[in-house]
Amino acid sequence: MTMFLTIAVIVLIFVVIFQIAKASEYVSVLKGEEVSRKQNNKINGFLMIGFLVLGLFGVWYCNELYYGKTLLVHDAASVEGARVDSMLWVTLAVTGIVFILTQIVLFWFAYKYQESENRKVFFFPHNNKLEVIWTVIPAIALTVLVVIGLRNWFLFTGEPPQNAMVVEVTGKQFGWIYRYPGKDGSFGKKYYKNIDNASNSLGLIWDDKLGHDDVVMEQTMYLVKGKPVKLIIGSRDVIHDVGLVHFRMKMDAVPGIPTTMWFTPKYTTKEMKEITGNPNFQYEISCDQMCGNGHYSMKGVIEVVDQEEFDAWMVKQKPYYVQQFPEKDPAAPKAVADTAAKTASVKPVEAAKKAVAKM
Amino acid sequence: MSNEAVVHAHGAVATHEGHGDHHHEHHHHETFITKYVFSQDHKMIAKQFLITGMVWAVLGGLMSVLFRLQLGYPDATFPWLEDILGKWAKGGRITQEAYYALVTTHGTVLVFFVLTAGLSGTFANFLIPLQVGARDMASPFMNMLSYWFFFAASIVMLSSMFVETGPFSGGWTAYPPLSALGDASPGSKTGMDMWLISMALFVVSSLLGGLNYIATVLNMRTKGMSMTRLPLTIWALFFTAVLGVLSFPVLFSGFILLIFDRNFGTSFYLSDIFINGVGALPNEGGSAILYQHLFWFLGHPEVYIILLPAMGMVSEILSVNSRKPIFGYMAMIGSLFAIAILAFLVWAHHMFVTGLNPFLGSIFVLLTLLIAVPSAIKVFNWLTTLWRGNIRFTPGMLFAIGFVSLFISGGLTGIWLGNSALDIHLHDTYFVIAHFHIVMGVASMFGMFAGIYHWFPKMYGKYLNNTMGYIHFWVTLAGAYLIFWPMHYEGLAGMPRRYYDYSIWESFKQFVELNRFISTVAMIVFAVQLLFLFNFFYSIFKGRKVTSLNPWGATTLEWTTPINPGHGNWVGEIPEVHRWAYDYGKDGKEFIAQTTPVGADESEHH
Ligand code: HEM
Ligand SMILES: [Cu+2]
Ligand SMILES: [Cu+2]
Repeated sequence: MTMFLTIAVIVLIFVVIFQIAKASEYVSVLKGEEVSRKQNNKINGFLMIGFLVLGLFGVWYCNELYYGKTLLVHDAASVEGARVDSMLWVTLAVTGIVFILTQIVLFWFAYKYQESENRKVFFFPHNNKLEVIWTVIPAIALTVLVVIGLRNWFLFTGEPPQNAMVVEVTGKQFGWIYRYPGKDGSFGKKYYKNIDNASNSLGLIWDDKLGHDDVVMEQTMYLVKGKPVKLIIGSRDVIHDVGLVHFRMKMDAVPGIPTTMWFTPKYTTKEMKEITGNPNFQYEISCDQMCGNGHYSMKGVIEVVDQEEFDAWMVKQKPYYVQQFPEKDPAAPKAVADTAAKTASVKPVEAAKKAVAKM
Repeated sequence: MSNEAVVHAHGAVATHEGHGDHHHEHHHHETFITKYVFSQDHKMIAKQFLITGMVWAVLGGLMSVLFRLQLGYPDATFPWLEDILGKWAKGGRITQEAYYALVTTHGTVLVFFVLTAGLSGTFANFLIPLQVGARDMASPFMNMLSYWFFFAASIVMLSSMFVETGPFSGGWTAYPPLSALGDASPGSKTGMDMWLISMALFVVSSLLGGLNYIATVLNMRTKGMSMTRLPLTIWALFFTAVLGVLSFPVLFSGFILLIFDRNFGTSFYLSDIFINGVGALPNEGGSAILYQHLFWFLGHPEVYIILLPAMGMVSEILSVNSRKPIFGYMAMIGSLFAIAILAFLVWAHHMFVTGLNPFLGSIFVLLTLLIAVPSAIKVFNWLTTLWRGNIRFTPGMLFAIGFVSLFISGGLTGIWLGNSALDIHLHDTYFVIAHFHIVMGVASMFGMFAGIYHWFPKMYGKYLNNTMGYIHFWVTLAGAYLIFWPMHYEGLAGMPRRYYDYSIWESFKQFVELNRFISTVAMIVFAVQLLFLFNFFYSIFKGRKVTSLNPWGATTLEWTTPINPGHGNWVGEIPEVHRWAYDYGKDGKEFIAQTTPVGADESEHH
């Protein structure tokens, strides 16, 4: 019903516009095209200046409304992200000034130089000096921006500090898998043909002892405040992208080609809740590369905590290998039944079969 | 305006006006089929491109209205949607599959079919022979083929909407592995095959057209029309064609490899893939990033293929309606040239976060920001062209001014994105959406509208209705800013593009009202485009008749042809050219046509 009403109203508006448009055309023919053109010119000239004023007001008003909803109202949550922000402000200053000036000049000129009987057009085909000026000035401004940008770029893409922890992130349709290297600090090898959703989500090669203490999990990744972290990023199927808006970082997850990214978290999740005044605040990992119909729901969470809290959490984690082969758990044997029950996704029979095969 | 050619042509006006079946002394009799369907007249082919482009613009626009409905009203249901879309809108809400299919098709169609074929196809065809002084294209037959390949591409693309598994839905850039694996997304099944066929046909169409445009500009200029006397429209269309001819084949090669990966078991782009429900694929050793290099090697020049014709037409229209020469003609050509060269050297700025070698990335930062310099030159030259002019606000002129405004707004955000360290943060957010819609989408649309309003009298011998033109312009300009300006803020909140629903995201769900507002404005702007279409078709038949040969008082050659030029354009000799195209307000004269010989007492000339 509302649908038809809307359509009816639109059609009505169209008809009215059309009638007015036709009428004004007849009038203009009667009045003489010259006269009516001058009238239209006046109106449009006025609208030019009106648009400029309203437009600039709109720019300000839009900022009032939405600035508070951007990330810029709080600090970036990583040390490197703060540099992104400062670079953003410099770029905004440069482009903002150019924007305001050129738009004012454009609409002002349009208004000021609208057709008038007594203006003689200034024949001005070129002027080398002017052209050199507006080639050189942008070039200099851009050089400054490039220098700032590349210093940051080489920092972000360079080697992380020595003390950085390492976490592996793997994208899949539509979720994230994280892996910590465990006590030995190195990851075990993996091969994609070993992947089995139930028992080996990353395709770890069980023969590789380095992998036996690797900790694998989904949903939430834990990081340490103030400790640089290097992410090794990969994908199991199509291209995804690890998007970390609060840390101002982003890197594609490409099947077959591992990528890396590093940053230093500055605030714990708890602190961010206070800073943002949002009790539900989460560091979200958003997939930023179109990866299929569930792309929009491909969410991960990062929990930034203190070192002690992290250590306490890490101690509680069972290596993936042990989860799959409970009988290999070097810890107390009574834990076996415990884990098997907890990891509902692992079918005991299958796990046992695998265990046999590997022996 | 007392030059020989104009006088000469005048006599022919009466015999040519209004009749569909007249024929020309140089040409054989034409039937309906040869005149309107398989026409080899560049003017008719231009109109075919234009009208097909318009059909696609309406379809593509309608798609955006549909997916904006989802973004603006994510929890609402519209039963009528199910009536028209069936299973794609179960329960009155567009499904994820349909959403992504709509977004993908919208992008593909607007970039390629509307703003490439519809824009440069129309105006290169229409203006090149008329403005360089040629009777037709170098090869009218190839030109006709160019249109019909485009038509075939359109039909295949349209059919892909109706296949059972849906049209392709992996984004207009069609990155593999997603686009290569039907098991990863239903849209990558038959829909993708058809998408590829359609695009391959489209590439053929572009190449046939482009080679023709280049050959015509280089070889078929009339006597006296040296390259530096060409109107800037022609320079722009020429560079556009060069860009297309050099970059479309690379895209094509990328597609070929993709077809092989999809159908013949090769591993150009595929490696180490495990698909849920299917298992591990045998492919190893390919690189998904290779495709992106091939794609963007066309993709970036493509954005200039879309933009340059608009720039050229805007230069021309600004000058004509300011009654003043374009400022810095040579600098305008130089900057077009610089843009055309640099367009080939910046593609990887779309790939800063793919794991690109950082050193290579830094080179691309440098080259990308370099391209802002010729862009800036153009803007300043346009502004100076207005300065101390005597401006007539024809609808064409309004759209040209709007173009400059939009190009400034969107070009400046390019400086943000071109700086890789900042792009890490902004890549694939709504900031990018705002950037390219303003600088390319809307701006080029404005260039196209400017061209249509300006050359409509030459195309159909009628005027478009001015009042509707003014309404069209002001609503569209205001609407474009209202839609895309606030998207910068969404981008600055990190809101990712290509999301069906934001409600599960703590970080991005604060824009519900804004999204609703944007969707509403989008619908209004769409409705106003229908007003334009109505004006267009109504005026073809019932518009005010053009009665003077040169209604805008322009200097260029197309206005020396009869009001309704036949195939061959000029009756009798093609006029000779004696000067550049921008003698407006020179020596106190309103304008001096290109065909007027240089007077003895004239001040310095070009
Ligand atoms: C000052 C000049 C410009 C610079 C420095 C620039 C820079 C960029 C960069 C770096 C990106 C990638 C952003 C990202 O995906 O993260 C981008 C995207 C884009 N730009 Fe520009 N740009 C400029 C002008 C233009 C122009 C003139 C056009 C079109 C006529 C254009 C069309 C596009 C399009 C279509 C995309 C998005 C493609 C996609 O991902 O779907 N840009 N631009
Ligand atoms: Cu995704
Ligand atoms: Cu680009």
